[in-house]
Amino acid sequence: MANRLFTSLMAAGALALGLAAGAAQAADPIRIGSFLSVTGPASFLGEPEKKVLELYVDRINKAGGVDGRPIRLTVYDDGGDAAKAAGFAKRLIDSDKVDVIVGGTTTAATMAAVPLVERAEVPFISLAGAVVIVEPVKPWVFKTPHTDRMAAEKVMADMTKRGLSRLALLSEDSGFGKSGRAETLKVAKDMGITVVADETYGAKDTDVTPQLTKIRSNKEAQAVLVFGLGQGPAMVTKNYRQLAIELPIYQSHGVASMEFIRLAGGAAENVRLPAAGLVVADQLPDSDPQKRVVAEFSKLYIDHIGGEPSTFAGHAYDGLMLAVEAIRRAGGTDRARVRDEIEKTKGYIGTGGVVNMSPTDHMGLGLDAFHMVEIKQGTWKLVD
Amino acid sequence: MFAEFLQYLLSGITIGAIYALAGLGFSIIYNASHVINFAQGEFIMIGGMSAATLTAAGVPLPLAMLFGLAAAMLGGVLIAKFTIERARNASVVTLIIITIGASIFLRGLAEVVWGKEFHRLAAFSGDDPIAVMGAAVLPQSLWVLGVALVLIAATGFFFNRTLAGKAMLATSHNRLAAQLVGINVRGVVLVAFALSAALGAVGGAVVAPITFSYTEMGIMLGLKGFTAAVLGGLGNGAGAVVGGLLVGIAEALGAGYISSAYKDAIAFVIILLVLMFLPNGLFGKRGTERV
Amino acid sequence: MLGRVPVLVGLAAVIAVLPLVLTNNFLLNVAIIAGFNAVVCVGLNLLIGYAGQISLGHAAFFGLGAYVSAVLVGTHGWPPLPALLAGAAFVGVLAFAVAKPILRLKGHYLAMATLGIGIIISIVLRTETDITGGPDGMVVVPFEVFGIEVAGESMWYWVVGALLLLAVWLSLNLIESPAGRAMRALHGSEVAAETLGVDTTGYKVMVFVLSAVLASVMGSLFAHYLGFITPSAGDFFKSIELVTMVVFGGMASTLGAVVGAVILTVLPQFLTAFQDYQHMVLGAILMFTMVFMPRGLLPTLEGLITARRRA
Repeated sequence: MANRLFTSLMAAGALALGLAAGAAQAADPIRIGSFLSVTGPASFLGEPEKKVLELYVDRINKAGGVDGRPIRLTVYDDGGDAAKAAGFAKRLIDSDKVDVIVGGTTTAATMAAVPLVERAEVPFISLAGAVVIVEPVKPWVFKTPHTDRMAAEKVMADMTKRGLSRLALLSEDSGFGKSGRAETLKVAKDMGITVVADETYGAKDTDVTPQLTKIRSNKEAQAVLVFGLGQGPAMVTKNYRQLAIELPIYQSHGVASMEFIRLAGGAAENVRLPAAGLVVADQLPDSDPQKRVVAEFSKLYIDHIGGEPSTFAGHAYDGLMLAVEAIRRAGGTDRARVRDEIEKTKGYIGTGGVVNMSPTDHMGLGLDAFHMVEIKQGTWKLVD
Repeated sequence: MFAEFLQYLLSGITIGAIYALAGLGFSIIYNASHVINFAQGEFIMIGGMSAATLTAAGVPLPLAMLFGLAAAMLGGVLIAKFTIERARNASVVTLIIITIGASIFLRGLAEVVWGKEFHRLAAFSGDDPIAVMGAAVLPQSLWVLGVALVLIAATGFFFNRTLAGKAMLATSHNRLAAQLVGINVRGVVLVAFALSAALGAVGGAVVAPITFSYTEMGIMLGLKGFTAAVLGGLGNGAGAVVGGLLVGIAEALGAGYISSAYKDAIAFVIILLVLMFLPNGLFGKRGTERV
Repeated sequence: MLGRVPVLVGLAAVIAVLPLVLTNNFLLNVAIIAGFNAVVCVGLNLLIGYAGQISLGHAAFFGLGAYVSAVLVGTHGWPPLPALLAGAAFVGVLAFAVAKPILRLKGHYLAMATLGIGIIISIVLRTETDITGGPDGMVVVPFEVFGIEVAGESMWYWVVGALLLLAVWLSLNLIESPAGRAMRALHGSEVAAETLGVDTTGYKVMVFVLSAVLASVMGSLFAHYLGFITPSAGDFFKSIELVTMVVFGGMASTLGAVVGAVILTVLPQFLTAFQDYQHMVLGAILMFTMVFMPRGLLPTLEGLITARRRA
């Protein structure tokens, strides 16, 4: 009897599964898939990314879609866990049968999905920072944000300008932080900067004072660079001020969001970081080619989503637009042709800068669109 | 050198005070119902989230804290009323799963109400550190310590000096006898949950300016509180307080001198050693299993 | 209680028929993950349900197995099978070493100790970045044995299905063996069992090691299947998930552990549809199942059916 019950339980479960599968069939939309870190330590990157994707897909659909085809967007939350990201990438490819993936908030999530998209041959535009994503070049993988190497270069150029040459490095144990640490050590050698302390912290740490206490007692350090993303660096910045450390502090582009300033509060004052032009849109000179695009994006964001747009919101916008324009040029969703068209992107003006991709450069950004900004009175101030 | 040590010690005592409050909460509930309440950390979270989000919305801090307190106590009482009371005779494992279910539920509810992002609560009296012999002390740390001290003293007073408190103690010693002398043992369980929730919520509100508030903030704090309670001997309130401070200090010193990455492991290494050599905790009574 | 043969035949039939309705790789993937969880739960159920010992750190053994395989195969170039066996041996020895001092503890103290061990192991996996890749994990190559690569959902489905049958068969036999009777005696009353001359400590240690090794083997295979492993495979939440599956499905019921694992694996996949309420719903289901069915789903249903038949 119980045996029969068990069988019917399983049958009911199987039926439910079958129904769910059947419901997924529909007309002929363009399927764009995404996995983002909407929750977890990188949530202030992933959350706006999700909202931007939804907002723009909605707008494109209301305007008649792409070549008459509507976009169907599927977004999953990987919670900042790379294994989950891989699972969702699999689900997007196998179950949702997406034509292109725009997502991957963190470097780790992106790298976990890379083998899958390469095998399934699905064009994938990542929103994560580390240079390892596009170096070496992987045929199906692209990215929109500036790299950690560029960030390190920008920071050290600024240090040199200020006459500082000894750096204490505090990096996160995340994929982005690890790659950032490696790049920083490499770039430092080339630019004549000595790294005098090399500490790490955990992305979910709620107390970074032990590491900072060590840096405070290091008499050699002249400046501190924190390489991480999301809420971790805000914690570091808070602890930094709490320990009354007076050295200039740099962050990476992994915190270019008002959310960072809000979380760190007054402690964020005088923090310097490299960021895309988006956060200082109104301070850009009128001659800047980005000015118009960025102003328009900011306005839409503020009107429809609310709050100040972060560079991460911008990365999602750029990713979506690159994909949509490639699909338009390819005249459909043939994966190989879409991939080729993304790679041929030239002169696309986005929130991150002017994008010129090539078979050897799957990011296509130059240093010129990367600005050094400083946090003053709770907002971004363009330094150069 | 000494400044460094002092810095670690101070941050250890601060976080230890929160562990102590959580540990005390575990002990109170354990005494009243022999349940380990895995939702204890969620009470801390409710306190921290209420304070952070309500003050951000313009509510004055004391009022926001009071709201958090009320919300947590309500949550505690509802859990006791609708789950623990009904599952009185269930096995230890079942009871653990029930409280874990409650903690997942509360966290899920908090995600819906407050969202999943991190929230900041301004320190109660400024962020300017006070220099003490080379170490930087945050005014908020003093708040944490002061509030914890008051709460612990008040809890002590309640159990030792008031009739209701004594009735609760009596129930924990012998439930049947307590029932026979007319103590409302069901009421005792409800009061225990409310009291533990209150301790957690206030602790969460005072610690929020140091740790940020987010829906998962209670998980580790709760587990460390459990460690504190076991370290002090389950059901021993004073033991839980000492256990909490010990865990906090060991953790901070370990993070500073051994490895900051292994900070969270330190509490559990200590507890394993204690359990292997002192199976009833540092201050626990030796007892035999009821057959 | 069901006999051994109908349970095995029924389970085999379900496993055989299921692919007919699992029409795409994603659904197969869910079934495979459910299978992995089910095997681990069958082992854990021996410990919790029959030996009466709670473990809140079981996922650590799963994670350790996964990482030993990932590191030996990925970093040191071992073939997958020896790596899997090495992982199992390592976990077995570790479990044996900690079993004696820990299994002396009772109730909440045992819960605390197993929780502690689980958390310490998961912190090691997360922190030893040079070996494990840290919180972001590492890539694992496909499983290969005797020159045959296990790849693709349908192949993995049959492998995991066969392993599940094997685990259930093992578990049922163990329960019916003299050792199994002793185990059931333990759950009832340890003191009584001891006075009857049962070597309770010996049995508890054996079951603990057995369930740990089973978890390790499944962890190794899981790492190969997923192709990617992060410390979350062995963390506190995974441990809680496993215990929950066992208790939800029905303690001291092998089939219950399987049903619990399947339901609690499938459910969250479909709760993603109402993402925001996912945790609330899951928490509520857990709480109220345990309140109203403290023995777990399957034993309660069996009880209901037997009662109705008698009436």
